[in-house]
Amino acid sequence: MALTLKTQNNSKWQPGRFLASPFSWIGRKVIAGVNNLGAAAIFLCLALWQTFRRKQFIKIVRQVYYIGARSITIIMLVSLFTGMVLGLQAHHALVQFGAEGAVGSLVALSLIMELGPVLTAIMITARAGSAIAAEIGILRISEQSDALHTMRINPIRYLVSPRIAAAVISFPLLTAVFDLIGILGGYISGVMLLGLNAGVYWHSTQVYVVMSDITNGFIKAVVFAVIVATVCCYQGYFAHTRRDSHGAQAVGLSTTSAVVISCVLILVSDYVVTSLLI
Amino acid sequence: METPLIEFKDVTKRFGERTVLDRVNLQIYEGQVTTIIGLSGSGKSVMLKHIIGLLTPDEGTILFRGRPITGLKRAEMTALFSQISYMFQGNALFDSLNVYDNIALPLIETTNLKKAEIDRRVMARIEQTELTEAVSKYPSELSGGMQKRVALARALITDPQIVLFDEPTTGQDPVRKNAILSMIAQYQRKLNFTAVLVSHEIPDVYFISNRILALYDRRIVFQGTPEELENFDHPFMDEVISSLETLQKELTGLYSRRQFKMLNHVQMKRRSVGESYCIVAFKLHESPRAAGFDAVQEAIRIFGLYIDRQFAVIGGFSTRRNSNEIITMLPYSNFAETQSVMENFISDFDRRTIGRDNTEKSDADKSVELTVVAGIAEGGVESEIDAVIARAKSQQKNIGRIHYVAGRVKI
Repeated sequence: MALTLKTQNNSKWQPGRFLASPFSWIGRKVIAGVNNLGAAAIFLCLALWQTFRRKQFIKIVRQVYYIGARSITIIMLVSLFTGMVLGLQAHHALVQFGAEGAVGSLVALSLIMELGPVLTAIMITARAGSAIAAEIGILRISEQSDALHTMRINPIRYLVSPRIAAAVISFPLLTAVFDLIGILGGYISGVMLLGLNAGVYWHSTQVYVVMSDITNGFIKAVVFAVIVATVCCYQGYFAHTRRDSHGAQAVGLSTTSAVVISCVLILVSDYVVTSLLI
Repeated sequence: METPLIEFKDVTKRFGERTVLDRVNLQIYEGQVTTIIGLSGSGKSVMLKHIIGLLTPDEGTILFRGRPITGLKRAEMTALFSQISYMFQGNALFDSLNVYDNIALPLIETTNLKKAEIDRRVMARIEQTELTEAVSKYPSELSGGMQKRVALARALITDPQIVLFDEPTTGQDPVRKNAILSMIAQYQRKLNFTAVLVSHEIPDVYFISNRILALYDRRIVFQGTPEELENFDHPFMDEVISSLETLQKELTGLYSRRQFKMLNHVQMKRRSVGESYCIVAFKLHESPRAAGFDAVQEAIRIFGLYIDRQFAVIGGFSTRRNSNEIITMLPYSNFAETQSVMENFISDFDRRTIGRDNTEKSDADKSVELTVVAGIAEGGVESEIDAVIARAKSQQKNIGRIHYVAGRVKI
């Protein structure tokens, strides 16, 4: 097998053990965390290595459809209301200083630099990331991935690589959709509902948003794509090695872990990437 | 001496504290059907997973054509595993792919064949395994038997040289079990692959196996032919074989080969020198246009039950010897009496219909014609039963034809 992991350290919380020797308990947790991090890094490298092998294109296109195209509706809906509420809040705050002309730039910059990539990643994690973890987990516990191995089909190449590649393609595209619809949402609330001048709105957006803001937003989207796809595939792929549960329950818990870990890592990496890019 | 294709040398496997295989030694030879028998949970599937590389031994060595697998280069390892196909106990079909895609997957992913060629090969396997009607269905829409056939078709689609079958007949009714075993035997003869089966189906697996390996108490306690197993004196025989044979009698109505021999032995002990008995050896030949495996096996089963009922009233008992042979013993008869009994049997047999009452609508695809031949031989207390059976088989002549249509046999 391309990659094997003895066990995922998901052992249950044992207060007795913690109270008896807290440092060794913390030490075990840290070592397990580092092990998992290393295993996930190797897992990602193997998946990236397999991405450019033959017969991957169709599988990647299919995954772009599942991860990307089928997420458009929910992304549009969320981005519309995010833009509208941003427009509303910005107008409410800026009107007190007579600076309501900056609503357009505030909405656009907030969306392009932060909210667009972060909310898009979180929404895709909830919609497609959980599905990825559950699907791979079920394939794992029902011996279907072992069947791939016996047919000389690399399970990482067949199951993981197309999903990571598709996420890297889909996340920036969906982020762009999110940004555009969000700016339109800001226009609806700021201009159409609160009476701002449309020319002022578009002018401030055009003047204050520069290309590097858009590029940085897309860099974040790519980073989030790699994190979300790797975490979700990894959790599903090793669902059968969980110590705290077995079978369908293990798949359920792996799916939950995939979503929670992805969301936390999105926010942590957002700070790290922002601090590097700013 | 022939080098085994696969050999286990002192292979030990542990899962945590539990030792599943303890210094296991076995040999699997090329071109043969080798069956591993043993109780549930005794580690039979674990042995197969070592061969395919899904598991590695904690101790010991696995040799392929005399060379340790662990010493093979990466390319050699890939070449080795490319020759092996595996049929999982739970089928392991991809539930999001339909039957066609499941069978085509190994060809699509591991070969450079054109779509038309893949289509031709897949459709040929689908027809051979009688799955034409299910081609676009998903595994969840199929019965257990059909799922097994899809798994079998997928295992054979790459024309492998070694096929590992992990309990291929689990959960099947007796007819379907024999149909699957017949299918394996037929493909093994046709494609000449080495088959390794894990099975509980005793004695049915004897009919298709060249060698039997008995796994008992974490070790291989027997390796040899099915005939040699019958003379094997070990607690394994009492604990495993007897219990499974009793189940077999309940399922098919016919005695196992071992039970048949034991009954014969008991009969012999009761008799004095000079008393005779007769053996009738029936054999069913498929017509060249024979239909599916299921129909043939159902026809043989119904015919076997019919023979058993007919001869039981005069003290006879029967066994299924090969997949298409039925041997009946008439303990207190001489040749002339048996010939007269057989004449009555044939005339009674004529123009009769036997089988299930709740038959389905007649279906041309589920009909089959079989030619029945039978031979009689007389034996005495001093005669070896196998020699008498061989004589009866040499005397076989045509006694009629049976036509099976959807659950009924017309004779």
